Amino acid sequence: MLPAPLVIGTSLAYLLLLVGVAYWADRRAVQNRSVIARPWVYALSMAVYCTAWTFFGSVERAATGGVWFLPIYLGPTLAMVLGWVVVRKMIRIAKTHRITSIADFIASRYGKSQALAALVTLVAVIGLVPYIALQLKAVSSGYALLTSGAAATLEHPHWTRDSAFYVAIALAGFGIVFGARHLDTTERHEGMVAAIAFESLVKLVAFLSVGVFVVYGMFNGLGDIFSRARAHPELAALLRPEQGGSFSWAQWLGLMVLAMCAALVLPRQFQVMVVENVHEDHVRRAAWLFPLYLLLINLFVLPIALGGLLYFGEGGQNAEQFVLSLPLAAGQEALALLVFVGGLSAATGMVVVETVAISTMVSNELALPLLLRFRWLGSARQPRDFTAPLLLIRRAAIVGVLLLGYVYFQLAGDTYALASIGLISFAAVAQLAPVLLAGMYWRGGTRVGALAGLMAGFSVWVYTLMLPSIAKSGWMDASFIRDGAWGIAWLRPEALLGLTGLDNLTHSLFWSLLANGTAYLAGSLWRAPSGREASQALLFVDVFQRGAAQTPVFWRGRADAAQLRHLCERFLGADKADALWRAYAQQTGVAPSQRLQADARLVQFVEAQLAGAVGSASARVLVASVSDEESLSQRDVLAMLDEASQLRSYSRALEAKSQSLERATSELRSANQQLKSLDRLKDDFMSSMTHELRTPLTSIRALAEILQGDIDIDTAQRQRFVDIIVQETERLSRLVNQVLDMARMEGGHVEWAMQDVDVRTVLENAAATTLPVILARGGQLQLDLADHLPVLRADPDRLLQVVLNLLSNAAKFMPAQGGRVRMLAKGDTGGVTVCVQDNGAGVPEGHESLIFERFHQAGMPRPGGQGSGLGLPISRHIVEYFGGRLWLHEQTGQGTRFCFWWPLQAVQQGDTEP
Amino acid sequence: MSHKILIADDEPNIVVSLEYLLQREGYEVSVAVDGEAALAAIESGRPDLVLLDVMMPIKSGFEVCSSVRANPAIAHTRILMLTAKGRDTDLAKGMALGADDYLTKPFATRELVDRVAQMLASKRP
Repeated sequence: MLPAPLVIGTSLAYLLLLVGVAYWADRRAVQNRSVIARPWVYALSMAVYCTAWTFFGSVERAATGGVWFLPIYLGPTLAMVLGWVVVRKMIRIAKTHRITSIADFIASRYGKSQALAALVTLVAVIGLVPYIALQLKAVSSGYALLTSGAAATLEHPHWTRDSAFYVAIALAGFGIVFGARHLDTTERHEGMVAAIAFESLVKLVAFLSVGVFVVYGMFNGLGDIFSRARAHPELAALLRPEQGGSFSWAQWLGLMVLAMCAALVLPRQFQVMVVENVHEDHVRRAAWLFPLYLLLINLFVLPIALGGLLYFGEGGQNAEQFVLSLPLAAGQEALALLVFVGGLSAATGMVVVETVAISTMVSNELALPLLLRFRWLGSARQPRDFTAPLLLIRRAAIVGVLLLGYVYFQLAGDTYALASIGLISFAAVAQLAPVLLAGMYWRGGTRVGALAGLMAGFSVWVYTLMLPSIAKSGWMDASFIRDGAWGIAWLRPEALLGLTGLDNLTHSLFWSLLANGTAYLAGSLWRAPSGREASQALLFVDVFQRGAAQTPVFWRGRADAAQLRHLCERFLGADKADALWRAYAQQTGVAPSQRLQADARLVQFVEAQLAGAVGSASARVLVASVSDEESLSQRDVLAMLDEASQLRSYSRALEAKSQSLERATSELRSANQQLKSLDRLKDDFMSSMTHELRTPLTSIRALAEILQGDIDIDTAQRQRFVDIIVQETERLSRLVNQVLDMARMEGGHVEWAMQDVDVRTVLENAAATTLPVILARGGQLQLDLADHLPVLRADPDRLLQVVLNLLSNAAKFMPAQGGRVRMLAKGDTGGVTVCVQDNGAGVPEGHESLIFERFHQAGMPRPGGQGSGLGLPISRHIVEYFGGRLWLHEQTGQGTRFCFWWPLQAVQQGDTEP
Repeated sequence: MSHKILIADDEPNIVVSLEYLLQREGYEVSVAVDGEAALAAIESGRPDLVLLDVMMPIKSGFEVCSSVRANPAIAHTRILMLTAKGRDTDLAKGMALGADDYLTKPFATRELVDRVAQMLASKRP
């Protein structure tokens, strides 16, 4: 037993800690450093699935049914592992359409129907109020056990002294602070999600702690518990799945399907999984993290149940309280307190998220439509701010739902075990699953079908599950269970149409889902969908086929931009409306000063923004109230879709065309560049050519004119002039020959006389030819030829031409005093390398590659003789023609060294570029 | 006093013919074989007229021309451009840079001598 102030103080401190966590997360969100934008936080927040019902009720189920506590957790595991693709689609749809709740989701899919939204909300409220009561009950009986030692409160105290009442009030406050601060529910509640994730961690730690303590502290490990349990015939029966009779596959399957549906459509699961989702990809990680969490929290359920039964004996203690009573009995009060906090966590997490989700639905889908219809807040055209009343409604709805829960708890209290309330709730909410899932994958589903399906399923649920449970609590005559309504036997609620052999839950699930599905199908096929239903169906089913920008807009009519803006201001606030207007203008590329055009896209934008605050059905009504709309038929919708996809394919084709045009343009541009540079090259060539021809002609003409006019010129002078004339004439002919040579080579018209050539002979021949020139300039020639030089297959005249060119260049550029020219040659396996070295000034820096261009003469005085500027280009051309290469050896400051390598087997490259 | 003329050309054979022609006319002739040497010779020898080849090593005739015009001490030197390229753009460029006249190679010796005499007779503004 623990003192009440300690328990209350600890609970309050823990709730304050939660507020702190939530506050911290909200602060981080404002600073753009979201804590919940992580897959594991997302998975932990999904563990809101595990409520006090898990925390206390699982052990009870295990204590009475063995492994039968498992399907409730195998369902969500399967739903996540197999169905994460479905969840991802839900998230994509919800984000695209700014969906606020499961009611909004379903209503939006079926043409934004207000009636459907209201019906879904009613189903959720009726189904879940008992479930909320369950949480209050769990906390308050846990508190009673801790403080008084009694297993459960038998008599309810007056509400002013009832801990459950204060728990309800505290939770309502928490829900208001973190769930209903902003109007736009598509804005995430970062603080709430962070607090929920934290709570999931706490309840897991608490449950694992008590599990480890029971197994290893009170017993000697798992083996001990199981072997001792096997010794008792009643406990041994628990370990067998068939539980005495034959194993009921139908029941097992039914429970799993039920839990699978619940994991997808429970309003709180939808809230954390879809509405609060930060990133679509987190689903992939959560698909195994969340099942892992479920596995961990169920690890010790059976051992604790068996341990409790062994310790207290059959019927000794309420199995729902084993997690508390076992540590208490062992004197571990601190552990018991931790477990209580864990249970509190499980209860508060569920209650907060569920009430926030339900209050959103109640205010958007029930309260607001009523207020608008009866103009209690004035008409939508009146310039009045709705944001404050809306928030007030939402907060009142939170308090209202919790109070309903409390009242139900007061009334129903102990009449029904925790676990059965939970399953009955699940079965009610599961009615939403067919409508939701079929709507996401089947375009044919209509509003009428959804309404019919939901009503049929829900009615059957009421008749086969809810009424009997009320009757069993003794509040109404239970005879109809035995005899059927009006005494008709085949109307017996737990054996409808004479179906027996199933437990009442599976029985109810079977009939209600069958009725639900059949009515849905029949209703949908009965009449073709309206334009709006068809368009919403398209947008939902094909959500992955279009990006947000390509979504077709299904709206036609006249609207006024100013009125739309007023609407935004009234329901979102002036600041938000202003920001939205700017964002829209930017998105569509309209200048802020310009008046926005009230076209279909703007209408759709405004409607989507409003939907984020008041739900899509109400947003639809609001937008319709300020614009003149044309109603669309299904044919119109299909035509618009066709148009949109045609537009899309046109724009794709256009894009492809403009791309190919761009490519062609750039090709043309580069071709033009090439032509231009070729033209420049030709121009330069002509200019250089002119220069090279005119220079010798200048000397010839001037000297000839001198000789012609001046007869008295002395003989020596005359002889000198004539020599120059002859020399320049030779230069001219050489030039003309080389130009022709070059042109022939480039045109590929050269005839090459191939034969075996002894390299040494060619080199010595060239040396002998050049030696007189070198000697005349006062230089010397040194030959440095390897002993063995190979025989080449080549044109000997061309080889000679190359060597002569290099030697005469060297002779030209060696210094006037002490000039030296050296020729080296050595063979290798593939060919022969010949180098010619002088001791001149070297090629000026920056001219190393230019010297191989035509008519380029390195800018230096040419001391002896004149080159044409074609020697090196022609030589390189020749060498490369035979598959070799000619290069300027790296300069070391000691003259110039040109080398070429000539292959043994000439590879003729017919079309070598110059 | 005879006029001083500088021949700036890197073609030795052209220099030979020009030197002979001008000496025969009685001018005092000096020679430079590249642009830098030409500029130095103009600064030191202060010739009255320069026969300036465009295509010269180290510094082109264009560069020499603009350097001369930029230097007030020698800016008055008469410049007769000699060009073997003969493209209109080359001629225009030479005139724009401040050459007094130009001749395209190969030229008639008579015309060269007449032009030189004419230029020397005219007063530079």
